Amino acid sequence: MLSKRVIACLDVRDGHLAKSVKFLNTQNIGDPVEKAHEYYIDGLDELVFYDITASSDKRNIMLDVVEAVASQVFIPLSVGGGIRSVSDATDLRLAGAEKINVNSAAVKRPELIDECSSAIGNQNVVLSMDIRKVAKSNEIPSGYEIVINGGRTPMGLDALAWALEGEKRGAGELVINSIDADGTKDGYEIELTSMIAQAVRVPVIASGGAGLPEHLYEVLTEGHADAALVASMVHYGDYKVSELKGYLHDQGLKIRMSW
Amino acid sequence: MTLIVDYDAGNLASVKRACEQVGLAAEFCADPDQLRHAQRVIFPGVGAAGSAMASVKARGLDEALREVINNGCPVLGICLGMQISLDYSEENDTSTLGLIAGKVSRFRMDRPDLKVPHMGWNEVCVKQPHPVLEGIEAGDEFYFVHGYFPTPRDSSAVLATTDYEGHFASAIGKDSYIGTQFHPEKSGRVGLRLLSNFARWDGQC
Repeated sequence: MLSKRVIACLDVRDGHLAKSVKFLNTQNIGDPVEKAHEYYIDGLDELVFYDITASSDKRNIMLDVVEAVASQVFIPLSVGGGIRSVSDATDLRLAGAEKINVNSAAVKRPELIDECSSAIGNQNVVLSMDIRKVAKSNEIPSGYEIVINGGRTPMGLDALAWALEGEKRGAGELVINSIDADGTKDGYEIELTSMIAQAVRVPVIASGGAGLPEHLYEVLTEGHADAALVASMVHYGDYKVSELKGYLHDQGLKIRMSW
Repeated sequence: MTLIVDYDAGNLASVKRACEQVGLAAEFCADPDQLRHAQRVIFPGVGAAGSAMASVKARGLDEALREVINNGCPVLGICLGMQISLDYSEENDTSTLGLIAGKVSRFRMDRPDLKVPHMGWNEVCVKQPHPVLEGIEAGDEFYFVHGYFPTPRDSSAVLATTDYEGHFASAIGKDSYIGTQFHPEKSGRVGLRLLSNFARWDGQC
């Protein structure tokens, strides 16, 4: 039986680790390579890097970070942020990323998902979705809308419809990131996660809002997520990865406990 | 020299990095003549069986692989690299290398609670002691990503099993060949342990 995964997300800007609250006011909080290794040794199941570097001329810094991490961290490594083409994806794969996360560029040009999945395989293409709760309407029947630009631009696209389209186009995994919950530490958006996880056959990673170990338990059970993504709760030392996994295991979830 | 067979089947760099981590110097190789002189071979791969077999054959790597195995050279197949060691794969209806009798089938996917592909960490239960699997303990988990699984005809070739849609063979082997469905290069400490065992294996069981 598959274990539920605990995934840490590291936002990287200009090669430094940053943590955003509701995607604004990012601040530097350390060296991504060091942090990645620390979590790996402490039993992390998977690592996600999100490149939030604003200027394109500094993008190559990310390749160096990925390469440095891949030579000392031997768990799946996923990278997202600014991927617009198959060549962006293959560059990151060569640097050592296992999976590629596509987000805004796929919303603007959905064929990007098809192109990446045929080039590097479905299982390596993750569709990351930033989602905000809105009033239900004809345009947004699920009541959840896809947003881009760090949550600032609503796209008039229904989140559930987009999840299903992404799966159909070849995304092997979905990240459900609630912009409303992101950075609040009040818990994941359970209703949203559960709705999408039950509608698709690919694994779903819940993201945004984790503050307590109970929040992970909640989204992995009630929320039907296959993996829970954490950021600030481990970055600032409030919890250790091993502590979160120990808690989930004690609650009866199947968790990888020997590493 | 340890050679990692390069037949356009995905990203091989992670396998090389993990080998380096356990002190195993490895080079990529796409040349059958070079492969014939290998001391140790890793046959990795992700992707689809059809195109993988076509590429292996086009490069003449199939014959070279048979030869090195007949000579007792230790060979490790990983994921798709393992799957094409059997006779046949349902994926693209492909006739494969036939190093181990048996076939590769697709998960049935008739249980809505099971996601496909089988992706993530799962337990590997060792069924037969083997030098390369030494040190793997009950409860140890490895990283999997696959939609098809192997079924050797002869149960003596099944070295370890994993439970997903029922139990399937997650490590298989015969003589100096061993193959894993999981990715040791992405499986943390236990995966590196397996690679380190392989680095020291003389090909005898």
